[in-house]
Amino acid sequence: MNRETIKVALVGQPNVGKSSLINAISKANLHVGNFAGVTVEKSEVHTRYCDSSGCAEYEVVIIDLPGAYSLNDYSLEERVTKEFLLDEEYDLIVNVVDATHLQRNLLLTAELLELGRKMVVALNMIDEAEAEGIEIDERQLSSILGVPVVKTSARTKRGLDELMEAIVAVYKKPQTESKIVYSDYIEEEIDRLVRFFQERHYNSPIPYRNLAIRLLQEDTRIYKAMHDDPIWIELLPILRSALDHFYLHSGKMDIREIFADEHFAFAKGARMEVLSTRTPRARNLTQKIDNLLINKYLGIPIFLFLMWGLFQLTFSLGQLPMDWIQAGFDWLADQTRAVLGDSQLSSVIADGILGGVGAVVSFLPNIIILFFGIALLETTGYMARVAFLLDGFFHKFGLHGKSFVPLVTGFGCTVPAYMAARTLKSRTDRLITLFILGFMSCSARIPVYVLFAGAFFGTEHAGNILFLIYISGALFGLLAAKVLRTFVFKGQDDPFVMEMPKYRLPSLKLIYHVVSGQAMDYLRKAGTFILLASVLVWFASNYPKNPKLERQYETRIEGAATSEAKTHLQGKLQEELLAQSYLGRLGKATQPFFAPLGFDWKLSVSLEAGLAAKEVVVSTLGVLYALGDSAATGSRALQEQLRRHVSFPAALAFIVFVMLYVPCVAAMAVFKQETGSWLYLLYLFAGTTGVAWLFSFIAYNIAKLLV
Amino acid sequence: MVLTELRKGDRAIIRALRADAELRNRLHSFGIIPGETLEVKGCSLARQTMEIDVDGTLIALRKDEAEKIEVEKIDADH
Repeated sequence: MNRETIKVALVGQPNVGKSSLINAISKANLHVGNFAGVTVEKSEVHTRYCDSSGCAEYEVVIIDLPGAYSLNDYSLEERVTKEFLLDEEYDLIVNVVDATHLQRNLLLTAELLELGRKMVVALNMIDEAEAEGIEIDERQLSSILGVPVVKTSARTKRGLDELMEAIVAVYKKPQTESKIVYSDYIEEEIDRLVRFFQERHYNSPIPYRNLAIRLLQEDTRIYKAMHDDPIWIELLPILRSALDHFYLHSGKMDIREIFADEHFAFAKGARMEVLSTRTPRARNLTQKIDNLLINKYLGIPIFLFLMWGLFQLTFSLGQLPMDWIQAGFDWLADQTRAVLGDSQLSSVIADGILGGVGAVVSFLPNIIILFFGIALLETTGYMARVAFLLDGFFHKFGLHGKSFVPLVTGFGCTVPAYMAARTLKSRTDRLITLFILGFMSCSARIPVYVLFAGAFFGTEHAGNILFLIYISGALFGLLAAKVLRTFVFKGQDDPFVMEMPKYRLPSLKLIYHVVSGQAMDYLRKAGTFILLASVLVWFASNYPKNPKLERQYETRIEGAATSEAKTHLQGKLQEELLAQSYLGRLGKATQPFFAPLGFDWKLSVSLEAGLAAKEVVVSTLGVLYALGDSAATGSRALQEQLRRHVSFPAALAFIVFVMLYVPCVAAMAVFKQETGSWLYLLYLFAGTTGVAWLFSFIAYNIAKLLV
Repeated sequence: MVLTELRKGDRAIIRALRADAELRNRLHSFGIIPGETLEVKGCSLARQTMEIDVDGTLIALRKDEAEKIEVEKIDADH
């Protein structure tokens, strides 16, 4: 038997637990955050529905639309949601409503009802509402709205089956008219229009009443669609007189404001009829926490302390598993050499693949801890407080308090951070944020920092040095934002009106999903992109071969008197072979550019290879400094090598360069996609490289004077 | 008076929104509508941003936006 498919558009305001609900129903892995900017995702649920005519199986496809406070074109999310609802094919709307903020949520419900589509309301977070002493009569609400209302809770799994049943039941029933009732003077005009359509037997895809309402709301889409219809000529005078009637009656000249008042009256009226409260408790808790966390004086120090703690935790707790993973990969490399002998194949596997990927995988513990911390900030609702605390500060630099979200995400990975910048509405705010995001040190750069900080400052100071690197990268970004705002992008500021979600205990399941998803992304990158890059680097550093040089050295090595001289000659051979390899040639060719920064060709090459992905910097250094030395694939040994070959000022300049130049090819591709301009990408590349060079030069010379 | 003149803990009735259509719609969708009561919950350093409670929803506003909201203060003893 063929299963019928029901396509459901899941709509709700931000922070109503939409994604959690979809997660609870379908067990799908979806990102949930206290912020908008979550991408549209689909998920499927099988369900079985029985009624008097028998049972049937259904396939319910749920499309999780971005959170929208209303169907205005205010933010990108709202536009995406509105356009989907108006243009795409779907069978019905499931409107997820936060039971603890019923009135505000009903404003959106009113707008959705006007679309004239089949609809089910999920009264979500009902468990929280009840804990707060809020009682809602859902039958009464259902009769006011004219659509089924189901009480649900993603956390306690309450009402999930009932919701699926309601979806199928509404799907099977014919379309009903929206029950939202307006003020008399508006109803009069709606009636007039409906009568007009009835008389003409006008062919409309949506009910006459909804068509009339949208015409009266000056909906541009409907105007455009009907504009070429002959009926338009007759319709126009009716509409004009209706609008005049509205203006006269309401004393307002803005039709959107008139309808906003209507929606508000409807939402308020509905709430008064269905909701009763006992003493609120949880809200007081949020208030108490807020008294501390967004305290005028304590708020920012608390935030900085939390961030500092997170970084310390990332690097001290992450150290242990990191050593194990490294030891594991070293062992694998040794085994490979033992089994395959001294051949090309053994070299490509042990040095190229295992060395490169091993270095990358060993940073997984650090990354998991960092992502865990960020997910914790997001799901508890603290992130919005941070935006509140920091807006005054960010605004001074031409950024928005909300810029904080992509900026913090940028500490994880620049790619999702670029996408998170979509939550910024004004193009100027967004572009500035996009341009400076690369200065937030992404987690892929951690390996480089850990390597160099450990080598040149000692492991015990590495945490502090890393904190310093992150902070200075961030400060640099802020200054760059100010420069961009003052000289390049001048324009109107994006208004700052933002909901502060209630504090919630984080759901471990949710955090697990977010963290494991991001960790898998990182590994997938390590498995493919970085693997390819490490093999490429291995090839470029091993070819072309030079048998003549090798023979020459072999004779000299055999003729050497002491074993010390032999080792020395062997090292020299490796270096010369590398120097004449493709990689060496590239490094030498570009070295004049890097010479003023104190970089030798090996450092230059690894920076260039780092364009593929920042982790590749470390794997390249591993190959370049440790080739042929089996013990040197681990970062400890590599640190030894670096200390021996690189001066302190050059190391400092190297850190600065890595901190400031473009993150990677993937990030550049996303940047192009988000800005929609190759030219901007070119500016980004040239700008960041120039800035990185300049500041590395300064750092190098200052350090040289001091050391 | 306008919203920025209120202190933490003050309650007021929203009287008018002197904002353009876009911002007004935004404020409306958060429930910031003339006739409603709000309470100032807190301000950040230098009063750059303020947090208000409108019908149980906590909303953060920047100074520039708060200045556009005309309010009438409710005396504490009421």
